Amino acid sequence: MSETRPRGGWLIGLSLFVAFSLSILPMPLPAEALRPQWVAMVVVFWCLHTPERIGVFSAFASGVALDVISGTLLGQHALTLSLLAYLVVELHQRIRIFPMWQQTLFVWVLLLAERLLTLWVLGATGQPMPALSYWAPTFLGLIFWPWLSALLGDLGRRAGTL
Amino acid sequence: MAVILSLGLIIADHHYDHLGTVRSALSLVAYPLHYVVDLPAHMMRDTQGRLTNAAELRARNAALHRENLTLKARLQQFEALEAENMRLRDLLGSSFSVGERVLIAEIMSLDIAPYRQQVMINKGSRSGLFVGQPVLDANAVMGQVIQTNPFTSTVLLITDAEHALPVEINRNGLRSVAAGTGLSQELQLLHIPKNADVRVGDLLVTSGMGERFPPGYPVARIKTVRHDPDNPFITVLAEPTAALDRSREVLLVWTMDPVLQQQALSDTQGAEAPPRP
Repeated sequence: MSETRPRGGWLIGLSLFVAFSLSILPMPLPAEALRPQWVAMVVVFWCLHTPERIGVFSAFASGVALDVISGTLLGQHALTLSLLAYLVVELHQRIRIFPMWQQTLFVWVLLLAERLLTLWVLGATGQPMPALSYWAPTFLGLIFWPWLSALLGDLGRRAGTL
Repeated sequence: MAVILSLGLIIADHHYDHLGTVRSALSLVAYPLHYVVDLPAHMMRDTQGRLTNAAELRARNAALHRENLTLKARLQQFEALEAENMRLRDLLGSSFSVGERVLIAEIMSLDIAPYRQQVMINKGSRSGLFVGQPVLDANAVMGQVIQTNPFTSTVLLITDAEHALPVEINRNGLRSVAAGTGLSQELQLLHIPKNADVRVGDLLVTSGMGERFPPGYPVARIKTVRHDPDNPFITVLAEPTAALDRSREVLLVWTMDPVLQQQALSDTQGAEAPPRP
């Protein structure tokens, strides 16, 4: 690991860029509440598969970027994403050998934790409380995770990132 | 470590305004991304413009021409009325200036700040925008600028749950505060007593009390007046006359004189939206 220069870093950057774009892309009104947490999912994926490259601080940086891009309170996404990254990096050896359905459920729990933390930040800073549909994106994350995982895994093997 | 850092960031951003410049600088880096995401919608409109045929264009041109004529005719009347109004106000010793410099900006097709009523527009501090500046559309008041970056700015719409603006009923001058509810088609009037003269269909205009919005611009039309037995006040809901979720272009106005503008600027350092009573 130490003698070979890590390859395919561009894929990580590109996937994050796409995730950022998807999280501010305008959507029809009914679909807006259902927007999956793309950036969280991509960060979780890279933390899971390349924990030696993407860790808590990369997650923190992408969280700050997301805060700036989406105009939320600076540090809000940074907090949730770095906590998520910490959990995944700590447990990555165990999660990676899970069968896919079990892994998906674990990611779902992570996405729920992200929502919960965000809710806590919103409450602590006195911002308006979102409606119940606030939790809906986690279920979409549940559906999308196997596909995202397969797609990024395939691309990562081709680009040499994994 | 990162947790402490982000908690620090949250507190710093929430309580103090020192991060405004940092955020503004970072937004400059984010501008390409905003631009790229806005591009498809922009190109779509562009193509739509190219694909319209000559007959349609001629028809629209004629319609616009007619509208222009009617508006001009109305404007003549308006100018006379304005002069008369000023004369009368001079008699009362309370003249003020109406209508000043206007800039047109376009709303970018971006979904920022989920669960909030905010939009991003494509003009920023380079064009002279300032925090607290009123934003209008062709019909009515839309909101105010809460953050300026060099090329873009963020606008807080009047329907955001954290926004409230001083209004008066055009019919009888009854003053109130219209608070946003977080829904895109609803404003709520706060603290209207049971015996107040409020009717469905009344037009609300800005009262200019907050010294943020110029007085006399239409805001909303009252749609429900409800007497709840358990509430000392009546529940009054109004619908914004601005097409908040449909407008493409917005107008930015400079109406306040420089002294007031400075005041507004220093006020915003403390609180982003005008405080509720």
